Amino acid sequence: MDANTVKAVSDTLAQANNKSDSGWILHHILDSRYIDFEPFGRIPLPEIHLFGFDISITKHVVFMWLSLLILVLIFYAVSKSYKKSRIPRGFANVAELLVVFVRDDIAKPTIGKGFEKFLPYLLTVFFFILTANFLGLFPYSATVTSNISVTATLATISFIVIQAGGIRKNGLFGYFKGLIPHGVPVFLLPVMLVVEILGLFTRPFALAIRLFANMTAGHIVILALIGLIFILKTFFVAPVSIAFALFIYLLEILVALIQAYIFTMLSSLFIGMAVHQEH
Amino acid sequence: MLGMLNIALIALLETEEGKPSLLAVNPGLIFWTVITFIILLIVLKKVAWKPILGVLEERETFIKDSLDKAEKARLEAEKLLAENREAMARTEEEAQKIIAQGREFAEKLKEQIISDSKLEAKKMLDDATAEIKRKNDEAFESLKDQVAMIAIQAAEKIMKENLDTEKQKHLVDRFIDDLPKN
Repeated sequence: MDANTVKAVSDTLAQANNKSDSGWILHHILDSRYIDFEPFGRIPLPEIHLFGFDISITKHVVFMWLSLLILVLIFYAVSKSYKKSRIPRGFANVAELLVVFVRDDIAKPTIGKGFEKFLPYLLTVFFFILTANFLGLFPYSATVTSNISVTATLATISFIVIQAGGIRKNGLFGYFKGLIPHGVPVFLLPVMLVVEILGLFTRPFALAIRLFANMTAGHIVILALIGLIFILKTFFVAPVSIAFALFIYLLEILVALIQAYIFTMLSSLFIGMAVHQEH
Repeated sequence: MLGMLNIALIALLETEEGKPSLLAVNPGLIFWTVITFIILLIVLKKVAWKPILGVLEERETFIKDSLDKAEKARLEAEKLLAENREAMARTEEEAQKIIAQGREFAEKLKEQIISDSKLEAKKMLDDATAEIKRKNDEAFESLKDQVAMIAIQAAEKIMKENLDTEKQKHLVDRFIDDLPKN
């Protein structure tokens, strides 16, 4: 065997390993400093450094702002339509349906008395996640909620709201006292305290991971299915790939809704548990 | 194929030096997420949640009030209907009573009129009979008187003429001719 050939083969292999087949999938899912419009080129985004921190505008920041813009425009129009008449018209019906859903099916049964105070937060988080999830389904867009930084931040905000709500209602001491269930033997108290405080942190952690994993997984599966066509280098797999990808895509629409619901629902549930500790 | 997908997924989640990773935390993005979320919360609370929830509440109370009002109106109407029905039944009863009374009265009146008229007729008949009898008697009396007078006159004439049969016969004939024709 020719030494050159061996070298070429090993080089190719090394390069293939180095690049790793998943590289292009990651490229589509991860954040970047530019917005890709393949094959038309890419729009670079500005880099900003503030007090030594890198707060550059990235792709996900742009799409986050896009969801913000969409939400504000939609709800501005909706609330304006209410000024004209009490009867909702057109899109206001859909918005109202969702608002009433969050109010009556999420906040009211889980928080109970005093749920009105948390309603703006729950509505905002629901609609933000919903819009971001749906925005990620459009071609050339990015799913903000498939970034662990974003979901972790949202979960942290949820955590702060939960603790703040609990402390405000029961007082700082009363809240931490209420964490330990009644009737626990004294010698178990230190253990229970640790377990309960750990429990406080695992809840938002689970929130962050759940949203992130769900939103990422669907995209990875779609990209992997499409990628099969190129990995197997045959057209015959294309119909199967596309059919499955389409199925997953439709599933993604469902998942986008469900994840927004679950995040809000669990946040609301935890707020309810923190506010009414006796239950 | 599944194995390949598995490996790909593991590779995706593995953090490698210098390479972007799914689990890499970007402080800049966290910063922007917090800023964006807080702006969204403030703006939407002011622009959307307050007015929309306000309108919803207002409409709910409006609907509730309307339903309550409708319910009240329905009860009122039902009460009125029952009252009306009762009044109608009462009126009907009254009318029936009046009709029955009228019928009874008419019956009595009829009976009375019939008996009265029977009595009257009987009286008139009696009167008429009495009158006839009286007239009869009167006529008979006057006839008796006349016959007596005629007998007396005839006797007078016979006494005066008194002679031959020829003359007597002639006399009787004349007398008979003189009799009033009744």
